[in-house]
This record gives sequence, structure tokens and C-alpha cells, in this order.
Amino acid sequence: MAKVLVVTSGKGGVGKTTSTAALGAALAQSGSTVAVVDFDVGLRNLDLVMGAERRVVFDFINVIQGTVKLSQALIRDRRLDTLWLLPASQTRDKDALTADGVARVIAQLRQTFDWVICDSPAGIERGAMLAMRHADAAVIVTNPEVSSVRDSDRIIGLLDAKTEKAEKGERVEKHLLITRYDAVRAGKGEMLSIEDVLDILSLPLLGVVPESQEVLCASNIGAPVTLCNASSAPARAYCDAMRRLKGENVPMTIPSDSKHLFGKLFRRRAA
Amino acid sequence: MSIFNWFKRKGRRGSAPVARDRLKVLLEHEGRRRLKSDLLGQLRGEIVAVICRHVTVEPENVQVKMNRGATVSTLAIDIEIPA
Repeated sequence: MAKVLVVTSGKGGVGKTTSTAALGAALAQSGSTVAVVDFDVGLRNLDLVMGAERRVVFDFINVIQGTVKLSQALIRDRRLDTLWLLPASQTRDKDALTADGVARVIAQLRQTFDWVICDSPAGIERGAMLAMRHADAAVIVTNPEVSSVRDSDRIIGLLDAKTEKAEKGERVEKHLLITRYDAVRAGKGEMLSIEDVLDILSLPLLGVVPESQEVLCASNIGAPVTLCNASSAPARAYCDAMRRLKGENVPMTIPSDSKHLFGKLFRRRAA
Repeated sequence: MSIFNWFKRKGRRGSAPVARDRLKVLLEHEGRRRLKSDLLGQLRGEIVAVICRHVTVEPENVQVKMNRGATVSTLAIDIEIPA
């Protein structure tokens, strides 16, 4: 039974695309078939983060308009043969994404894949609403920072009201993923703590991804962070989150690059 | 690091509780939509259950609406009872 997952946040730049790539790759590595779908028409980036930017020939809009078949637009990952990407269009207007077209493509993807992960654009406009429309589950990506938490609260409201499930009186399963977390700063009271964010948003916690240089490093080379350096703190955090998504009971820990942490303390002192 | 910088650093510390309190007040004020939608669903369910104890009504003939105003909100319950 396929599961459609939306990765959303409201606010931009919090790590939706990074999380989509990382969770998609982790799920594919665990043996599931996965399609990651970029809904950010006009500003696509999932292809770049996945390292497939030079292999995009057709896109989501071409499929919606019937120009090509879905199988012609899907790009298979070079590293994992169970991971596929459906890129967004870079040249078209976001209005080219039609409700009927999206419904049709998602239904088709459901037949082929175990997981369909929809990478939502920022904001609460058409693209974001269509990305969450058919979701069975949602990952709300939040930074421990006031504007991100506020926007997440707004998105949670929309997930409870404007999705297909909500309209049928069912519930979209919601998971909170806290990214860019700095345990040292939170410990000093300089950053919202995990407890603060959970208290405000009252959602079950899927995972905590620590702030790490590895994330930028992975996007620089075009690899999901879980594949770029599997032993890094963010990769471990995403792998744990992936196992929780699959229903496993994984104790919640906040991985850290101890070396990195030491370096940070050292730098701080030197400054 | 001069002693003044040290004080500045101290002043910046503990800004997280301020962030938390501001967010709590703000989200309360903005009326958390999800709570609202849950509240209406819950109210509707309980109202239908109470009415059904006394008269036969079709659940779809029970309308519960909330109008939020700046200073006052109203709850409108419209129940169609068969003759």
C-alpha cells in the first residue's frame, strides 16, 4: 500500500528539500521503492540537491499536460535503483499545476511506489496546497526559531482543513521534524529547546536534525545527506526519522558530530 | 574580550524563554486553526448525541457554525427536526 508523504513548512529555507532528499534516499536504501516529487514549479531545486540536474529532460508539468508519459519524466537515481525523481518545471508558471493533473499523477505514482514524497514549495499558495492535497502523512519541517514555528502552526491548520483526508473527515498523520538544532545554544537558553517547540506545536516528534556542515557539503556535491556521509550526525538523525516513519520504535536521541562540537567550542573561545 | 562584551553576551543569554512566551501569546491570539476545527467537530458530535437522545434527527441536518469577530464570537447551531 503506497503512502503519500508531504514535506512542508510554510517558511522557506528551513530544510524541506534537504529533508525530502535525505528521507527519500534513506527509505530507498531500506528497500522501499520511492518517488520524490518536486512541487516547486519555477524554482525547482530537488534535482540539484539529488545531483540529477543534468538529467532532467521532461518534468511534472509535461506529464500533467499529457505531452509525455509519467515513465518518461521519472529519473532513476544513479546510486539507488529504487529511488526516482519527478522534477518540477523550471520555465513554466505555477498555474500550470492543475488540481486534476496533480490528482492523476499522484494516483499513478501510488500504483508503482511504496512511498511518494512531495517536496512542497514555501508559502501557502497553489503549489504548497497541491503538494499537501493528497497526503496520507505530513512531515512538518521546523527550525527552532520564532518565524518558522509560527508558520508551522499555520501549515498544521491547513493540513487539518484543506487536504483530501481532512475533507473526508479523516486525519493526515502529522510528524514534526526539527532541523538546524544547536544543542549547545539551546542548553544556554539562546535557542528554543525541543521541549519548547513541542509544547507550542503539540505534534509527535519524528526527529531532530542537528545543525551541521555536512548538510551544505552534501548539497554542494549533489547527494542526499544520508548517502553523502552516512555516519554524520544529520545522516543518522534522518535514518532514525525514516525508521520512525516506517513505524519502528527508535529511541529519540540527538546525534552530534562530537569532533564538530569540539571544534565549535574551540572556535567560540578563540573568537 | 572586554568586560563590556561579557555583559552584552550575558544580556543576550536566555532569549529563548522570551521567544517561547511571545510565540505562545501570538498563536493563542491568532486562534489556532486546528484547535478551532477540532473544537467545532467535537461540539457537533456531542450536540448530535444529545439531540438524538430525545428526538430523531439526521446527523447531516445539524449545522454548527462559528463566527469569529474581533471582540465577540458567535456559535450558531441549526438543527432540522422532522415534523
